[in-house]
Amino acid sequence: MPTNSPPQVPAAPEEDTAERRDAADRRDPDARRDAGQKVTGTARYAAEHTPPGCLHAVPVPATVARGEVTAVHADELLRRPGVQAVLSHTNAPRLGEAEDPTLALLQTARVPHRGWYVALVVADTLENARAAADDLRIEYATEEHDPGPPAGHPGLYAPEEANGGHPGLRERGDFDAAFATSAVRVDATYTMTAQHNHPMEPHAATAWWEDDALTVYDSSQGATKVRDVLAQLFQMPRHRVTVVSAYVGGGFGSKGTPRPQAVLASMAALHLGRPVKLALPRRELAAVVGHRAPTVQRVRIGADSDGVISALAHEVVTQTSTVKEFVEQAAVPARTMYTSPHSRTSHHVVALDVPTPSWMRAPGEASGMYALEAAMDELAVATGVDPVELRLRNEPDTEPDSGRPFSSRGLPECLRQGARLFGWEGRDPRPGVRRAGDRLTGTGVAASTYPYLLSPSSASAHAAPDGTHLVRLAATDIGTGARTVLARIAAEALDVPPASVRVELGSSALPRAPLAGGSSGTSSWGWAVHKACTALAGMVRAHSGPLPPEGLTARADTAEEAGRESPYARHAFGAQFAEVDVDTVTGEVRVRRLLGVFATGRVLSRRTARSQFIGGMTMGLGMALTESSTLDPAFGDFAERDLASYHVPVCADVPALEAHWIDEEDPHLNAMGSKGIGEIGIVGTAAAIANAVHHAVGVRLRDLPLTPDRLLPHLRA
Amino acid sequence: MKPFGYLRADRTDQALAAYAAHPGAQYVAGGTNLVDLMKLGVATPPFLVDISRLPLDGVDETADGGLRIGATVRNSDLAAHPLVRTRYTALSQALLAGASAQLRNAATTGGNLLQRTRCPYFQDTSKPCNKRAPGTGCPAREGVHRDLAVLGHSARCVATHPSDMAVALAALDAQVHLLGLDGERTVPLTEFHRLPGDTPEHDTVVRPGELVTAVTLPPPAGAHSAYRKARDRASYAFALVSVAAALTVEEGAVRHAALAFGGVAHAPWRARAAEEVLRGEPATEETYARAVDAELAAADPLRDNAFKVPLARGLAVRVLTDLAFRP
Amino acid sequence: MDDAGATSGSRTFREGGTEERHPDPTSFVSLRINGNTHELRLDNRTTLLDTLREHLDLTGAKKGCDHGQCGACTVLVGGRRINSCLVLAVTCDEPVTTIEGLADHDRLHPLQEAFVARDALQCGYCTPGQICSAVAMLDEAAAGHPSHVTPPGRPGAGDPELLTPEEIRERMSGNICRCGAYANIVDAIQEAAR
Repeated sequence: MPTNSPPQVPAAPEEDTAERRDAADRRDPDARRDAGQKVTGTARYAAEHTPPGCLHAVPVPATVARGEVTAVHADELLRRPGVQAVLSHTNAPRLGEAEDPTLALLQTARVPHRGWYVALVVADTLENARAAADDLRIEYATEEHDPGPPAGHPGLYAPEEANGGHPGLRERGDFDAAFATSAVRVDATYTMTAQHNHPMEPHAATAWWEDDALTVYDSSQGATKVRDVLAQLFQMPRHRVTVVSAYVGGGFGSKGTPRPQAVLASMAALHLGRPVKLALPRRELAAVVGHRAPTVQRVRIGADSDGVISALAHEVVTQTSTVKEFVEQAAVPARTMYTSPHSRTSHHVVALDVPTPSWMRAPGEASGMYALEAAMDELAVATGVDPVELRLRNEPDTEPDSGRPFSSRGLPECLRQGARLFGWEGRDPRPGVRRAGDRLTGTGVAASTYPYLLSPSSASAHAAPDGTHLVRLAATDIGTGARTVLARIAAEALDVPPASVRVELGSSALPRAPLAGGSSGTSSWGWAVHKACTALAGMVRAHSGPLPPEGLTARADTAEEAGRESPYARHAFGAQFAEVDVDTVTGEVRVRRLLGVFATGRVLSRRTARSQFIGGMTMGLGMALTESSTLDPAFGDFAERDLASYHVPVCADVPALEAHWIDEEDPHLNAMGSKGIGEIGIVGTAAAIANAVHHAVGVRLRDLPLTPDRLLPHLRA
Repeated sequence: MKPFGYLRADRTDQALAAYAAHPGAQYVAGGTNLVDLMKLGVATPPFLVDISRLPLDGVDETADGGLRIGATVRNSDLAAHPLVRTRYTALSQALLAGASAQLRNAATTGGNLLQRTRCPYFQDTSKPCNKRAPGTGCPAREGVHRDLAVLGHSARCVATHPSDMAVALAALDAQVHLLGLDGERTVPLTEFHRLPGDTPEHDTVVRPGELVTAVTLPPPAGAHSAYRKARDRASYAFALVSVAAALTVEEGAVRHAALAFGGVAHAPWRARAAEEVLRGEPATEETYARAVDAELAAADPLRDNAFKVPLARGLAVRVLTDLAFRP
Repeated sequence: MDDAGATSGSRTFREGGTEERHPDPTSFVSLRINGNTHELRLDNRTTLLDTLREHLDLTGAKKGCDHGQCGACTVLVGGRRINSCLVLAVTCDEPVTTIEGLADHDRLHPLQEAFVARDALQCGYCTPGQICSAVAMLDEAAAGHPSHVTPPGRPGAGDPELLTPEEIRERMSGNICRCGAYANIVDAIQEAAR
């Protein structure tokens, strides 16, 4: 590894002293810990560190859907003032084997899909780098590409596993026989186009090498994971790599795995021996940082005339890329939700010449619960049973798929409380009858669920002689409130005021920690923090007299606790209620009210928890009504690649929104008694809205999102 | 973005001269569309002439009781102007239905008229597009075109004009004032934007180097006017279809009607055929429907945008009905 | 200092001139930002946003889309909110206020206070843009500027009573928050407007 003049920028983890000075925090002890930095613009994100001599890199995406790069005409650009390097497979540093093949960047001439990065231009200024990247001439040998669609595709196969390690197929009893003899049958197919995470901060990294050590400021959901992967790719010991993700502008799964920006910036910095900064352009994200795969979901429910389910099949068809297999586990929640003695839940996938899907907020649950909960609404209509009551009638005694008892199951209480708060009682079930002028109004309900996940974490806790405490671990706060909630957990375990606790996170130099994902951050990190602080409290108690000048430090690791197999099925649950207006002239659907009640164990920080819930519900509103990425078959890419055409909900789309939760005591979780809250808010929202649309207009529309073009053919003004 | 030279013009003659001196130059005012297109590589001017300081930022009542709107008046200022608010309701509503407050604060009257299509193929320089690169083809015809034209398109181009403001101006009989080295001329707004035909690279009839200096409006002809827009989200989205209309009803009959559609064609679509039907007829929903149907008989939707026809019909009938009931 | 930028324009004119065959792709620019004057030679291509972030180390204004489609780069120019990603710095001659210029040392702007109090943020990346936008939005409303949801007969929301949640939502729709903090953002703005 080359060395070069070291940039004078500290590679230190985030320093929290500013946080302590924060006037807002002092006044409002409940406030989000980093709110002061964020409202003043002093929180620095990955591309907001500029080491001296820093260069700017701009990636070059492939403009063919499949083929090989045959020539990269870099010479003409290298003569331009300011252009420092053009990296491609012909000259880029060789990487070690990538566990995630989407990170094997600039290693071969192969183009697996349009938008795949084939080159990287580095220049002295952003303007020069961008112009050179625009002008770089690349020649390709193109090949026929296969853009799908997956439905009916001859290449469909049944994967062994779906995302999350779930078996691709599960069967219980005899679904076909039970369904055939059921008194009431629902057989419906639901489709969803792809959706994109589009966090507000595009994926960005600033990297430099110094004395054979690599430092990367990266926009990621987990600094430890990115550090480990970079060490593997650049074939160096982990302790020589430091990844800092102190402030991260959202991720929603798209930053949960290491992404191209960290690898490309590190490569360029290595190649040139200078710091390099790189932010992926918004228009390129659609192809390179994952998305929620499009799905075709067939749900069949066989029930008796009272709506009690005997047969349930949830069969999912989806797509992945040729780069790697990712299977949206949409059939998985049906294994948990309702009593179903005869069941089949399956996935089929086809690898196409398209961008690689990945995690997007509640992968599996968000899409699967749309279809399942819409089908439950169809069953309610078919049986004449109220949708809330229908769900209560199908409460299982144990988790249907595993047979395990639930550690806690708050769904019935969420449904009842939600119904009360929303004013569900006395709802007229007749669809299409509430008209005022051009508007039809309807209400809908759907259940939410998300598994309780846990990963091993470590943490340290320190007591200083001045009475302050410092908790350190490589957790990431991507907006969830990790800083805030971990301080609370620490304060509680130490039995000290939260104001005396500082939390240092966001760097791989800190004790190893898992990523912010799978709604597992607070449980995983929190348990390690709780354990370290409990140990520290013991040390402080055992200590007589004033603390030594260096203070006392305790370290903890939850590998053992997290590795324990639980005899319980552990899930969070919720119920969401929506009221919509449908404009019969324009086909526009506007949500008037959205109310969710969640059961997520013990809520540790009310303020940030509520923000997580309403944030998930807002994203669910987008999933239902506005968000759609159309795969353009001619070109093999998504047509909506910017924020003007990919419609994230705006403020005007989001009405009165209420999030509530029930107090849930669950002793089978972790030291805090908490389940995850980051994802459950998006689960069920789309179904609640779609069910409300059915109630409003009287027509069942089974394709998301419910844009005016899809509504209009069914409406009469 | 390619490097470019820059000149800020203080006078119109200076602007025209600077343009003439730099082949390929473009005028820039608010920059909300041009800078966007330059970043996309769609526009590659070697020279920018900044016209935002030209003394064209007034909104003044004309001698005949109409309105003269300077080319560099910001969209937000125009929307809030008391005369526009009270006499040209459709224009204020159209402006406020467009973009965001931030963009309206920068975007100008002239720039709004000259903004270019949001067709995804036009914006992507790695793909063919007859408008951006004449002769390369139109992938939108068979591709992703839900948002594109249903009226007046050609084999070469199915793009739509994205402006809201221009649709209202079309219904309000606006005139566009142009200044070139050869002098001034005036073009009715309805003739300002072209249909694509065989030369979709030309959005408008503006000649190279000509400056839009103003838009004038005659005194309001209809008693009331209104603008309505259907879109994919509640705000900050381009129109799927929009309607601007002005209507005067006397003794139950339509005395004056002006109707224009947005989001349906390469230009704001003035619905002359519909107006023809409306004139003198009873002011009823039946009349409006008949009139709009007469206009939309010419619609030729693509595979995925047929919904725009009933949407345009429904919106127009609703806007006309509402206007007729206005006191 | 309002005329400082204009000076840059005429300076460019003198240096480049309309007759020049290879016009200078750079310009002297004098920017007044948060009360400080910055004299820079900039590539004409440099946007106000990139000037703030890459040349002046004012990274509070965020780059979310770089095309005027998200509002994260919102700053005040001459008191008006604009998308700084679409403004070429060379064209800018009015005083600029960024998020860094809103607080009075340790004393936060009332909107900043309200955003903290109402937890009107999560990841924080859109937050500076939201707050700058809200500052200008309250001024616009006070000046009687209408919005899309203001009834046609009404000039605008000059009366604070008229600044309903519906008005706030519409007026703030140029600032996308992917974390979905809108409900709290509206609460925060209502609180600050009182």
